Amino acid sequence: MDVSDQAVRVDAVASDTVLIQARGLVKRFGDFTAVDGIDVDVRAGEAFGFLGPNGAGKSSTMRMIGCVSPPTGGELQIMGMDPRRDGPAIRARLGVCPQSDNLDPELTVQENLTTYARYFGIPRRVARERAAELLNFVQLAERAGSRVEPLSGGMKRRVTIARALVNEPDIVLLDEPTTGLDPQARHLVWERLFRLKQQGVTLVLTTHYMDEAEQLCDRLVVMDGGRIVAEGAPRTLIERYSTREVVELRFAADNQEDFAGKLVGLGERIEVLPDRVLLYVGDGDAAVSAVHARALTPASVLVRRSSLEDVFLHLTGRTLVD
Amino acid sequence: MSLADAVAPPRPKTGLVGRFPVLAVLEYHLVAYRRTWRSGAFSSFLLPLLTVVGFGVGVGAYVDAGVGGVPYLDFIVPGLIASTALQIAVGESTWPVLRNFEWVKIYFGQAATPLRAADIVGGHLAFVLFRVLTSSLAFLLVAGLFGTLHSAWALATPLLVLLIAISVAAPVFAFSSAVRSDNYVAMLFRFAVIPMTLFAGVFFPVESLPVVLRWLAYVSPLWHGVDLCRAATLGLAPAWSVPGHLLYLAAWGFVGWLLARSQFRRRLVI
Repeated sequence: MDVSDQAVRVDAVASDTVLIQARGLVKRFGDFTAVDGIDVDVRAGEAFGFLGPNGAGKSSTMRMIGCVSPPTGGELQIMGMDPRRDGPAIRARLGVCPQSDNLDPELTVQENLTTYARYFGIPRRVARERAAELLNFVQLAERAGSRVEPLSGGMKRRVTIARALVNEPDIVLLDEPTTGLDPQARHLVWERLFRLKQQGVTLVLTTHYMDEAEQLCDRLVVMDGGRIVAEGAPRTLIERYSTREVVELRFAADNQEDFAGKLVGLGERIEVLPDRVLLYVGDGDAAVSAVHARALTPASVLVRRSSLEDVFLHLTGRTLVD
Repeated sequence: MSLADAVAPPRPKTGLVGRFPVLAVLEYHLVAYRRTWRSGAFSSFLLPLLTVVGFGVGVGAYVDAGVGGVPYLDFIVPGLIASTALQIAVGESTWPVLRNFEWVKIYFGQAATPLRAADIVGGHLAFVLFRVLTSSLAFLLVAGLFGTLHSAWALATPLLVLLIAISVAAPVFAFSSAVRSDNYVAMLFRFAVIPMTLFAGVFFPVESLPVVLRWLAYVSPLWHGVDLCRAATLGLAPAWSVPGHLLYLAAWGFVGWLLARSQFRRRLVI
């Protein structure tokens, strides 16, 4: 495909160019406030993530950026244009990969791409060429002539990603790009998205997979209850909101709580879960030695690096949101 | 660097589809139809053949007097052409619209592109008109073979059929985009399409109906279509003024279009 052309185009505008700018952006549905005054800057060529539990306002934000949902308040500019006024012109330069695939299951993979290309006014011949290139890119060239219906979830997702690139977009919006995929399919999608990122395509994605965010995003915001609760590069967020390492201790007793008191002072923060105790520490091995020095004998000990998941759970809580 | 620096020049709009995006939507529906058109084409000849033979020839054999001096077969053929247009127009404006909102969500994919709600409704409506037109041409051909066309005005029937189609398809698009389940489609057929087909002058003149029902027939778009088609194939003056009929049907189509477009906007832009 000619994403390489795109890389050139995006590099030409310096990477500090702001493509998406939101100030005090609000979305209300009746009495319910889905997005409660957020500020966001997405720069050309970066991969930007919206992280958060279900109902955090990620998808509402994505729909506003996708110009299919007018903001209730605040300001939003996309490539210097106003979504309220320039919807079609902005959408012409976006590639959208929605949360649930809306391909036509009766059409072939190729027809799905070519008919979609026509919505952008792309000539038929060019549409066919691009479809072939993009199917190569998502490794589905040999399925070009098959109907979409019998394809696996991972293949459909790759078709949707290919479709989102058919107009050579400046920004690609991906709403939970790997939700519901098996591990192999997820890794293939990540790998393709990483390739796009390398080629300089601006990616904006939502996810609640921490590993996805850590792998793909240069910068991200954590949303909760319609607000942004943290912002930065994955590594920066981990440093700021968690410790370098986490020690997971499992005690044989039924009540882990009994041991929490005996661990006081061993970590910057102690979290007691029903089945284990987490110690947030700078040096995991030192902390384990200290635990043993207090004559405590956990049934199992695990020292690991702090992850974005720790940040996420710390910021948005462990309560299940449905 | 300021936002303005990121603004690339707008992409040039090339070709017919670039200037009229509604055509790209029509093209999608035609591509999708290519998978099923063979069986569709067969039934669009079979259906008129069966109805003409069944009602016209079969029932007609018992209606010796004809209707107002017109042989029964010749009387009902234009009515059947109009009512078939109605059936296809409604059928193509109900389940497919629900499918594209609820089951396959094609419209949402289209709304993410430069297309506007008007393009999305307009392109799909244009496809419905295409379906009705091609089926009616098949019907007209069968009707001609049975010798039931008595006037050169019969050539105007395809245009009349298009008008009937838009007068029902547009409001039905508004209806289908407002409901969330196909139970409502069944109700639409039970309480609107079937009564219209039976009582709007297709099989017998509405003058035979009690006054209240007769007025319901006058209100329905189908009666106006039937009266026009009958005038065209028989070369007789219609029961009501031609401009009156045309304006009435156009009004249904126009109001339906406005409702459908605003309902589509409400569903697609939230």
